[in-house]
Amino acid sequence: MPVLTESVKEMKGYKLHLVKTEKYKTNTIVWKMKAPLTKEDVTLRALLPHVLQSSSSKYPTTTELRSYLDGLYGTTLYVDLAKKGEYQIMSFSIEVANEKFLSDPTPLLEKAMEFLAEILLNPNIQNNNFQTETVEKEKKTLKQRIQSVFDDKMRYSNLRLVEEMFGMEPYSLHVNGKMEDVDSITSENLYQFYQRALKEDELDLYVIGDVDENKVEQIAGKLFQFEQRTPKVISNYEKKNIQTVHVVKEEQDIKQGKLNIGYRTNVVYGDSDYFALQIFNGIFGGFSHSKLFINVREKASLAYYAASRMESHKGIMMVMSGIDFNHYDQAVGIIKEQMEAMKKGDFTDEELEQTKAVIDNQLLETIDTSRGIVEVLYHNVVSHVNISLDQWLGDMKKVTKEDIVAVANKIEMDTIYFLTGMGVEQK
Amino acid sequence: MKKIAFDQLQEELYYEKLNNGLDVYILPKKGFNKTFATFTTKYGSIDNQFVPKGEAEFTKVPDGIAHFLEHKLFEKEDGDVFQQFSKQGASANAFTSFTRTAYLFSSTSNFERNLETLMDFVQEPYFSEKTVEKEKGIIGQEITMYDDNADWRLYFGLIQNMYKNHPVKIDIAGTIDSIAKITKDMLYQCYYTFYHPSNMLLFVVGPVDVENTMKFIKENQDKKAIEQQPEIKREFEDEPNEVAEKKKVLEMNVQTSKCLVGIKALNQQLNGEEMLKNELAINLLLDLLFGKSSDNYQKLYSEGLIDETFSYDFTSEQGFGFAMLGGDTGEPNRLEETLEKMLKDAATGSGITEEGLVKAKKKRIGAFLRSVNSPEYIANQFTRYAFNEMNLFDVVPTLEKITLEDVKKIASDFISEERFTVCQVVPKK
Repeated sequence: MPVLTESVKEMKGYKLHLVKTEKYKTNTIVWKMKAPLTKEDVTLRALLPHVLQSSSSKYPTTTELRSYLDGLYGTTLYVDLAKKGEYQIMSFSIEVANEKFLSDPTPLLEKAMEFLAEILLNPNIQNNNFQTETVEKEKKTLKQRIQSVFDDKMRYSNLRLVEEMFGMEPYSLHVNGKMEDVDSITSENLYQFYQRALKEDELDLYVIGDVDENKVEQIAGKLFQFEQRTPKVISNYEKKNIQTVHVVKEEQDIKQGKLNIGYRTNVVYGDSDYFALQIFNGIFGGFSHSKLFINVREKASLAYYAASRMESHKGIMMVMSGIDFNHYDQAVGIIKEQMEAMKKGDFTDEELEQTKAVIDNQLLETIDTSRGIVEVLYHNVVSHVNISLDQWLGDMKKVTKEDIVAVANKIEMDTIYFLTGMGVEQK
Repeated sequence: MKKIAFDQLQEELYYEKLNNGLDVYILPKKGFNKTFATFTTKYGSIDNQFVPKGEAEFTKVPDGIAHFLEHKLFEKEDGDVFQQFSKQGASANAFTSFTRTAYLFSSTSNFERNLETLMDFVQEPYFSEKTVEKEKGIIGQEITMYDDNADWRLYFGLIQNMYKNHPVKIDIAGTIDSIAKITKDMLYQCYYTFYHPSNMLLFVVGPVDVENTMKFIKENQDKKAIEQQPEIKREFEDEPNEVAEKKKVLEMNVQTSKCLVGIKALNQQLNGEEMLKNELAINLLLDLLFGKSSDNYQKLYSEGLIDETFSYDFTSEQGFGFAMLGGDTGEPNRLEETLEKMLKDAATGSGITEEGLVKAKKKRIGAFLRSVNSPEYIANQFTRYAFNEMNLFDVVPTLEKITLEDVKKIASDFISEERFTVCQVVPKK
């Protein structure tokens, strides 16, 4: 039996993805809208879902809208933005109780889908544009959201690494948009953007839970109908020639240094060596048995965290660690040594098997949550491939040491970013 | 073995108290890939004054030692337990809170071997001077990481404002200076006092065979000759009702200010049903007053005093408790004044309506269903409830019984200006 069964139906202008499972007490609905990341649209797209979720024509104030959701057994609604490769994706997620666990028989899934249609398609309109007051309020919140990254030094250093590493490439854009563009947004240009997004974006609707598939298809077909479209496809990955490693040090009044190193992996989801890369990352820095954790933390006692993380669609890997300012050289040295060891195949069969086992475990655990299911399945939408989770698990098991060494030798260090204390560099 | 069925939820829970005093709970979950297990001791950062096992006098241990012990338990003579778990395809972790230390793993294969590893590593300590010294560097970095974390400093600053004597005011990880004093002998002393099975709870949730799992656990425990232990003697100094400090402003390297308003709960010795009813009523009260559908929330948001980081929470354990509300703000002082005024109005019953209560209850019931999708939530929360003699699965029936009068009474008892306190983080000038 497959570990995960997804049924996909072509609907009018979008795809409906259904995963039927009895393991949850709730049903989950996720609506995704995807388009290329561009400097012109990035801030509009970052703002739009927040405006849509704050009120609608039927629920013209946030209080009314949220009261309705509370009364619907605390149905949750949240929106978020993600950057996957060079795409920017808006998600609207709704989780609603399954009434079979309640004494009240109200058909909650249907109500929740109607509610999604309401906020997406029936916005709070004033003079043929979004209501100005809402837009202004959400612009203010967006500015705070953009600014708040500065206050979280781990997120900040990660964002700075990406900026430094990608310079003029669209991937350097931040998922929440650009501070300097917020003021120029009006209810008029945002409304025009909204209409364009509904017309051109790639649209996907996920429904996960103990649901009647035919019924969901019928309700979705009635509530959501869009023009057919050919979604814009861009190549996420381009080979870049790296001459020298770009090193950036920045000073701030902080107590712990944040070391972030970016690598180009030159491999993306859908490539035949993607699974080898995933295992590479696991041996190198993904887990508490990995080389980075053992050597930076356990052996050298330099850090509390030292890990690596992959971005599957842009083909990058990032190492992050929090260290004393004066341990910079030592930490960078250890990280480079570990990468060299990987490239030389200096890891045991035991490390390889151990890593396969934990990644297998991680993937199976991910699909124990409905959000996890959507995230795993959505990789296929982003890459326009069709890899089932069973295939993923199966292909990963076949990866050999030679495959990993080969993929390791494609990986190139691009940028080192270090956030350090004030005056440290002068000492 | 006792079976407890929850028909409306379609869940069954199995329980047995073993000969050595260990409480074991198993909740089978069909359809899930992973099994999740937690092995928890009722021992946290607040337990810093106690009579060590086999001694007669009280002793006081350095701040941060419970957390330090948690880190060190993973290290054995022949290596690191993390390694062993990952060889068996499991992911392991641990955490220390004010009142508990929990060790846990999740796995989708080799469940029994992983369960054995969990029980054995927690019950077979190995501490050496050398590894204790090495850990000081790692935990030192963990402490420094939190020093730069404005939200953590704000949260802890508020708790420190509230408590004059109670050890809840001590940072869970301790300080660089306090952990410097920790020795391997102190770790053994704490370990043998608090890690007796009679002070612990094992919870397993996942697609398991209940009978076999219980048998496996019993055999493992019976093999270990563990002698009976008398009740642990802990000591806490008296704590006044009023807060220690009314306001604290921390200057940090941030761009956006933060403000939290706290209410210290009356020195509570509640447990069981009373404690559950009390905490659910306060949670309903906070939902009614500050939930996203409340008039207060709307007012705060449209005036630009709060953003999406706004949150509220009530924490309650035997001996201490507090509510806190706030978040990022452009105007910390005005947010503080507005929240305090809203709270004072609520103490008189203003804004507490039957309609609002019905909505708040529905919201909590839905939230409970959502939570029981999560094996982690069930195991962690069930343990917390059990240590306070409450039952997690009583949440919905207890919620249903709470009346408008209960909520109004809670509002007038709980909300009192002398127990308000404020902590702010503001940009460094």
